[in-house]
Amino acid sequence: MSSSDVLRPDLAVIAQNVAPGARVLDVGCGDGTLMAALRDGRDCDARGLELEPANVAACVARGLSAIQGDADTDLSFYPDDSFDYAILSQTLQTTKRPDLVMEQLLRIGRRAFVSFPNFAHWRVRLSLLWSGRMPVTRLLPVAWYETPNIHHLTVADFRDFVAQRGIAVEGAWFLEGDALTGAAAANWRAEHAVFLLKRHGD
Amino acid sequence: MSDISAILPIETNPLHAIGATLDLDQPLELDGGQVLHGVRVAYETYGRLNEARDNAILICHATTGDQHVATPHPITGKPGWWSRMVGPGLPIDTDRFYVICPNVLGSCMGTTGPGSLAPDGQPYGPRFPVITIRDMVRAHVLLLNALGVDSLFAVIGGSMGGMQALSLSVNWPDMAKRVLVLASTAAMPVQNIAFQELGRQAIMADPHWQGGAYHGTGSSPDAGLAVARMAAHITYLSEASLSEKFGRRLQNRDAKSFGFGADFQVESYLRYQGESFTGRFDANSYLYITKAMSYFDLAEGHGEDDHPGRLAEAFKGVHSRFCLVSFDTDWLYPTSESRSIAHALNAAGAAVSFMELSAPFGHDSFLLDVPALDRVIEGFLLR
Repeated sequence: MSSSDVLRPDLAVIAQNVAPGARVLDVGCGDGTLMAALRDGRDCDARGLELEPANVAACVARGLSAIQGDADTDLSFYPDDSFDYAILSQTLQTTKRPDLVMEQLLRIGRRAFVSFPNFAHWRVRLSLLWSGRMPVTRLLPVAWYETPNIHHLTVADFRDFVAQRGIAVEGAWFLEGDALTGAAAANWRAEHAVFLLKRHGD
Repeated sequence: MSDISAILPIETNPLHAIGATLDLDQPLELDGGQVLHGVRVAYETYGRLNEARDNAILICHATTGDQHVATPHPITGKPGWWSRMVGPGLPIDTDRFYVICPNVLGSCMGTTGPGSLAPDGQPYGPRFPVITIRDMVRAHVLLLNALGVDSLFAVIGGSMGGMQALSLSVNWPDMAKRVLVLASTAAMPVQNIAFQELGRQAIMADPHWQGGAYHGTGSSPDAGLAVARMAAHITYLSEASLSEKFGRRLQNRDAKSFGFGADFQVESYLRYQGESFTGRFDANSYLYITKAMSYFDLAEGHGEDDHPGRLAEAFKGVHSRFCLVSFDTDWLYPTSESRSIAHALNAAGAAVSFMELSAPFGHDSFLLDVPALDRVIEGFLLR
């Protein structure tokens, strides 16, 4: 893949809203698609953390810098304020302790982008209501026993979470398919949510 | 400048300079405080230095390696130790890069070491000064200067070669744009110091060692060196690779001999490894090189007051792009070593990649057929 490839919608939102020239840590960076887009399109200094060695190798082949590691354990090794943005896309729900990972993100980065699939999307709700079984949808295609998503959450859960911790929301984008949808009914209508957060007190 | 025996102007430079040597025209001041005069560096080069002089790659060899990275070994006739990686169209592509591989200071393959003649015409033997990894790199840098290389596209090394690459990146931060370190460490782990001391003691316990002054006496501590090699060789392999290769199988016999012959295949293999090693390597070189490795601690001198050095401090001021690779079956330089280097580089704000590759061959994985490593090296050198 090259960086000219179309970005996943939530990544496109993040790429469009990162300040040019910023220092960025992409936690769960995959094969480096977003990092490459940020480097090539926004002149960013992007670094990655990624669990799969094959993905790290793909990043290296793109001239990017990525470290094999686990968001649950390896974020503690990054110094305070070492990045303008820490990005966690589609990974929060796979971590063992999302609350601690969030703490680390806002310690390392002055701001954080967090994106996640919304478990309260109407399709998920209907699926659970009608079938009485854990939903298997386009965005959550894996059965309950093998899904990496061990901490499902909803837009409303996340709003409560950041409010309780005094984390400022500087931006929020909600996606239904590839299209943006309004904030008001987001907990019903959004399949994906992207939040731009800023640490309390900064 | 230095006397360069095998260097021609770029336009006439042969594609390979094999068996080349450089006599340094300046003394080498060593970390231990001593000064070496008349140092010779043996090296090989592959490919051509381009006009911009920005395509040079320095390859640093491991403990008992040599400059014959992609040409047959002059004594054993075996293919170069990294001929699967270095050559036209290979991951370290000699059609694209000017590859330089020097023999390290203290070795016995042409570069000055304890077996070389001192200025008084007698072999150094135990008079050779104890050297460090940084001393080895000092000699490399003088070689690069003489070759007209003032900037490296990359420095690459595995194991002890990785230590040299790290030392270069910290002590000559403007030299290498990329630093690729395989199966290595920023400070010799204590378990490895212990194994190396075992090897050194085996050599020094051999009466033929003669206090180190055996050069020119017609005898050498082959038995001791063979034991040292056997012990070291075990550390380069993994339980899995030993099990697959030998298991508990017996050597050319159907039953145990109830004697001390090589009953097991693994015993026979190790004996062969030890004996064949004495035919190609000098015992004193083994002492000096392993001591240099045992001393290696990149963070040393980068701490405050009485505190031990902090690795992240050592990396302050580096501006190379780093790539660190470890192997999951390497228990000599385990993944935790590479990971801690990556964390320290991160803390220093350096551009660093790190990954642990899966390979069955233990520490030796960096030398063997691991296709994932080929892809990483090719990718790292791509842009």
